[in-house]
Amino acid sequence: MQGEVRSEGQSKVQSKVRGDVYEFKPLNVGRAIVWTLFAVILLVAPLIFTSSLSQTMLSQMGIAIIVCLSYNILLGQGGMLSFGHAVYSGMGSFLAIHTLNQVSGGWPLPVSLIPIVGGVASMLVAILLGWVTTKKAATPFAMITLGIGELVWAMSLMFPEFFGGEGGVSGNRVVGAKTLGITYGPQIQLYYLIAVYTFISTALMFAFTRTPLGRMLNAVRDNPERVEFVGYDTQKVRYLSFIVAAFFAGISGGLAALNFEIVTSEVVSGNRSGAYLLFTFLGGATFFFGPILGGILMVLAFVLLSEFTKAWLLYLGFIFLFMVMYAPGGVASLIMMNLRVALFGHLRKLWVGYLALGVTALMVLLGAATMIEMLYHLQLNAALGSELTFLGAKLDSKGFNSWFGSVFVMLTGLGLFEVCRRQFLKEWSLIQESIEKEIKRRESL
Amino acid sequence: MEFYAISLLNGISYGLLLFMLSSGLTLIFSMMGVLNFAHASFYMLGAYFAYTTTSLVGFWPALVVAPLLVGLTGALFEKYCLRHVHKFGHVPELLITFGLSYIILELVQLVWGRSSVDYRVPVALDGPLFTLFGTQFPIYRAFMMLVALLMLLAIWLLLTRTRIGLVIQAALTHPETAEALGHNVPRVFMLVFGGGCALAGLAGVIGGNAYVTEPSMAFSVGGVIFVVVVVGGMGSLAGAFLASLLIGILQTFAVAIDTSLLSLLQSVGVTLTPSTFGYSLWQLKVSQVAPILPYVLLVLILIFRPKGLLGTREG
Repeated sequence: MQGEVRSEGQSKVQSKVRGDVYEFKPLNVGRAIVWTLFAVILLVAPLIFTSSLSQTMLSQMGIAIIVCLSYNILLGQGGMLSFGHAVYSGMGSFLAIHTLNQVSGGWPLPVSLIPIVGGVASMLVAILLGWVTTKKAATPFAMITLGIGELVWAMSLMFPEFFGGEGGVSGNRVVGAKTLGITYGPQIQLYYLIAVYTFISTALMFAFTRTPLGRMLNAVRDNPERVEFVGYDTQKVRYLSFIVAAFFAGISGGLAALNFEIVTSEVVSGNRSGAYLLFTFLGGATFFFGPILGGILMVLAFVLLSEFTKAWLLYLGFIFLFMVMYAPGGVASLIMMNLRVALFGHLRKLWVGYLALGVTALMVLLGAATMIEMLYHLQLNAALGSELTFLGAKLDSKGFNSWFGSVFVMLTGLGLFEVCRRQFLKEWSLIQESIEKEIKRRESL
Repeated sequence: MEFYAISLLNGISYGLLLFMLSSGLTLIFSMMGVLNFAHASFYMLGAYFAYTTTSLVGFWPALVVAPLLVGLTGALFEKYCLRHVHKFGHVPELLITFGLSYIILELVQLVWGRSSVDYRVPVALDGPLFTLFGTQFPIYRAFMMLVALLMLLAIWLLLTRTRIGLVIQAALTHPETAEALGHNVPRVFMLVFGGGCALAGLAGVIGGNAYVTEPSMAFSVGGVIFVVVVVGGMGSLAGAFLASLLIGILQTFAVAIDTSLLSLLQSVGVTLTPSTFGYSLWQLKVSQVAPILPYVLLVLILIFRPKGLLGTREG
């Protein structure tokens, strides 16, 4: 109604001012839905998976999600490949467990705030060590983080008073004031604490990507030279982001200390750092939600895959190798690529190709896995005889038939897979071409 | 005096072994920009190959065959894996070698088992070379030094005095021009990567029986050789040489010194009790601190001389 009386010139000025200062931001419906969905999943997951194993795993997943996301601040958003991120999650764990023991001794601190203590502690460690670490970028950065990780790990064996030596430091989380009757005794109560921390940390880390610092971090990753010319100190940007990442890693470490009630020097080891790197990458470092998938995969691999087969590290290594070579964006990028195809309505054409690829890949995997399992059996369980059962089939690891069968299955699978892959690649590039055309057409409208 | 002489000799031989490892790493890094995370794994592979070859045909053939096999493995890896991720940039290149280190470790455990193998010094090289102040110096240590120095000489001659060395040098600074002149640059890269891995394999052949051949041997030197490369200056071969010797001697001396700050203070008349603040720090012996010394050196170098001892570039 006011608009009717306003002259055109006035409204133009008005809109310009609006554009500069008071930009109207509509509610981002898609984002609201995604975050609500995330919260709902966190909320109902333990109601669907009720066994105690799945509750433990869900708790660990929450912890892993936080630490992988924090790692991705370095890897995905800053282009900093760190081999020593476990230092920060681990130091958070140690400080948290020592604080927990102090609480048992009478400190008036609620147990639910202990992860924050871990976060602040890691932040302080990062303020100290991060300055040296972030002096360089890219490859030298990777080597320095590796060196610092080794330094801390070696020190953890030197100071048994703080790091607990071989046995580690243990604590008891059922202490302090029992607000609303929450003791954190049952796993489910702890799960909900972890879920709350996971949600808030994820939201905060997402918010971080939208801050000026987060944006500058992306710029430092993409073109550090230009950033220097614009007048920013690239080291300072890396340093500050490093501290932020360490804070969240420390929170996850604190939660892990509460969850396991024991912290050993293994939490600062190079293996742990390597696992963070591996799974963050597998999940997908180029998308914000990639590390969430990575964290879930990490727990699944550590708990389920390691139960299922002794050769799990070998499988993991091969998966990682293929992922780096053929899908450097991780699982998240695969999902997003297919989502794009689906949005343009081409996914229907691909399902035959996917089915063929899946079946042939499964054949290759079956053949290879049979051979690997037989080898492991020969190496580790030689005393139990040469027979083993794999996926319900009886195999003789010294017999010709089993070996011939598995080699035959694998080679046939490999041949068929190659045929399917070529066909699929043709279809895929055709579809991508038509999508590009469609995008151009829409732009010209 | 005896202590210093023997420790110095041991330190130099350990330092030269580190140099054999870090030289390959430095060569690969300065030529291809790839930080080979699996370099220590190739060292381990060299030791295990040598163990098997020695039990089949003896030590001397193994000294040649095992590094060649390791070099071949490295070259194949470069050709079929590394080359494909080259277009994605340096981080994926590092990641793929990181994945390879997992695979090699598992495969080694699969083939040779999880405990150490009995890879021994050959009989001809077993025994003392000379006796210095009552302590025997083994022949094998001297042999290690000799091999390392010969290798250093060979690399230097290869890179500066031969045609292939010139092509390599050209390919690393001006790959497009070298390619335009008709040289197969990808093949040069493959040779460099394979050659670097072969050097690591050679170090494994002579280091595996001097120390212990076990699946954790890669992990135990892995960190140290990265320190060597950073301390010496990224991509500087002479720097790597200096840093290897420095770290080798530093660590050998530290391991052998059995004093702590506590005993030092006691000798000047200050007595500390377990209730003193930071008692656990004061009572640490130098030998206990030895494993972290390389990393402390790394941090100090980064603070006071970020480009490394003989490095020319910062970054």
